[in-house]
Amino acid sequence: MGPNLSRGALIALAFLLLLVFLVAPLVLVFTRALEDGPGAVLAALAQPDALAAIRLTLLVAAIAVPLNLVFGLAASWALAKFRFPGRSLLVTLIDLPLSVSPVVSGLVYVLVFGAQGLVGPWFIAHGIKIMFAVPGIVLATVFVTLPYVARELIPLMEAQGRLEEEAALTLGASGWQTFRRVTLPNVRWGLLYGVLLCNARAMGEFGAVSVVSGHIKGLTNTMPLQIEVLYNEYNLPAAFTVAGLLALLALVTLAAKSLLEWHIGADHLPSRR
Amino acid sequence: MKIDISGLICRYGTTPAITGVDLAIADGEFVALLGPSGSGKTTLLRAMAGLELPEAGSLAFDGADALGLPPNQRGVGFVFQHYALFKHMTVAENIGFGLSIRPRGRRPDKAAIAAKVAELLELVQLPGLGRRYPQQLSGGQRQRVALARALAIEPRLLLLDEPFGALDTQVRTELRLWLKDLHRRLGVTSVFVTHDQEEAIELADRIVVMRQGRIEQVGTPAEVYAAPASPFVYGFLGQAHHIACTVADGTARIGEVVLARDLTLADGPAAAWFRPHAVELEPEGPALDGTLVDLNAIGPRVRATISYEGKSVTAELEAAPENAIGRHCKWRPRGVQVFNSE
Repeated sequence: MGPNLSRGALIALAFLLLLVFLVAPLVLVFTRALEDGPGAVLAALAQPDALAAIRLTLLVAAIAVPLNLVFGLAASWALAKFRFPGRSLLVTLIDLPLSVSPVVSGLVYVLVFGAQGLVGPWFIAHGIKIMFAVPGIVLATVFVTLPYVARELIPLMEAQGRLEEEAALTLGASGWQTFRRVTLPNVRWGLLYGVLLCNARAMGEFGAVSVVSGHIKGLTNTMPLQIEVLYNEYNLPAAFTVAGLLALLALVTLAAKSLLEWHIGADHLPSRR
Repeated sequence: MKIDISGLICRYGTTPAITGVDLAIADGEFVALLGPSGSGKTTLLRAMAGLELPEAGSLAFDGADALGLPPNQRGVGFVFQHYALFKHMTVAENIGFGLSIRPRGRRPDKAAIAAKVAELLELVQLPGLGRRYPQQLSGGQRQRVALARALAIEPRLLLLDEPFGALDTQVRTELRLWLKDLHRRLGVTSVFVTHDQEEAIELADRIVVMRQGRIEQVGTPAEVYAAPASPFVYGFLGQAHHIACTVADGTARIGEVVLARDLTLADGPAAAWFRPHAVELEPEGPALDGTLVDLNAIGPRVRATISYEGKSVTAELEAAPENAIGRHCKWRPRGVQVFNSE
């Protein structure tokens, strides 16, 4: 009776916390967004600035996610399958974006690409705008989402070792054939998982993007930035509408992730750290 | 295919794994690389496959340099201890892999690959299992699939790294006999690595005994067993004991007991090596003193344990002795091999 009671109490407490801190805010976001009816929602989303923010967010994710997919694959392959000097340093560096505040990451980009930055003047002199423009936002997003794919794949690839690849090589496969037919299929679920996480973060990133974007309405505002602008202008219905859409994107990602877990079973996925 | 290895040196980082190996393997031979872990046998095998890059020495296949060839162009079949089957492919896809990745001009069509796979499944006695996944097979079955996969590319050389190491004893014995028969039928030059002397003796045409990155002795199983070149080889091939003796004028003695004559060893302290089946209890003539510690009858043989100068010596006898356990006994080894003390 004793252990059962405490177990029940703990579960109830966990659910209560989830309800108060996760479910309730989410429900509130959607109720506030839908308060004035679907017509108002459509009107708010049809605003040119809102549309621009949605487009920009999708564009940034569409560039940053594939870049990090390629980088994550290459980095985790090199780190998991080979021993070389500087390896542990590289593993630590990959985690850097997770441990540094995104605002700091953004400021670093200002230091590098800003008008008074390291290489900024050179780009400006050649007519390439990085700061307060789409390239800067993409760069900041790539930096912040850099660890997700690699972190997902490193333990997976380490566990798999090199034997299957060596077997493929002795059977006559080229490096590319080995990668495409042996390495990649072995990590495909983990890769998809990492891409989903990476995508969720890319669309939701605020801090780093906020520093480098310059907040130009209709031009360099992503959805999270647009929400802040609307909120600061006391345009709460519009703010909640965009927020609702962003939350919806997150929920879709979450659903895809759960579907993935349910579909392939937990044993194919890397353990969560 | 004929293989010539000379002066081969391999390192892992700064640790030398093989330090100067010379070996010639004849076409169609079945060779065992035998040695304890860390003796460099697996490294030598992997170097032949191109999975390790030697820093010095030469390796020639049929007289042509092979070191310059990457692993995917050596035409060598490799069977791994832990199978290394492709987990996401069916058994048939695993076996057909080497054929399906060939460049278009040399790639057999789908029907030809399927026929080859069926033929190989038949050969490794797993007909009809082509649609299973490796996880659905037992260890012995997986290793046979791995062998079929390696054979599919019709390798000029078959390399097996502890092929039975991960299997339990019964399956291992079965597979051993089967592999020997398979080699006899296919005649492909084969090299396998093992730390099990019994396996080496049973399977191989020739045994290469390795120790600390070097070759200690090469010979047929009978040669290596009957005339080990060093105490290490003696001790590694089958159960063995050694006792201290003295060599003077070509004769090894312990006190009155003459162990061996006509030796070409320097005078001085030496070690006499012998096997349990060559021990006599209560022999006629001069003998050594010991204490009978234990008697153990298994089947037709009796194992007696004798305590001699702080050592346990096992004797395999034809019949149970009359000696009582715990009492003094007389014994002596026959067919002793004497080595200078190291």
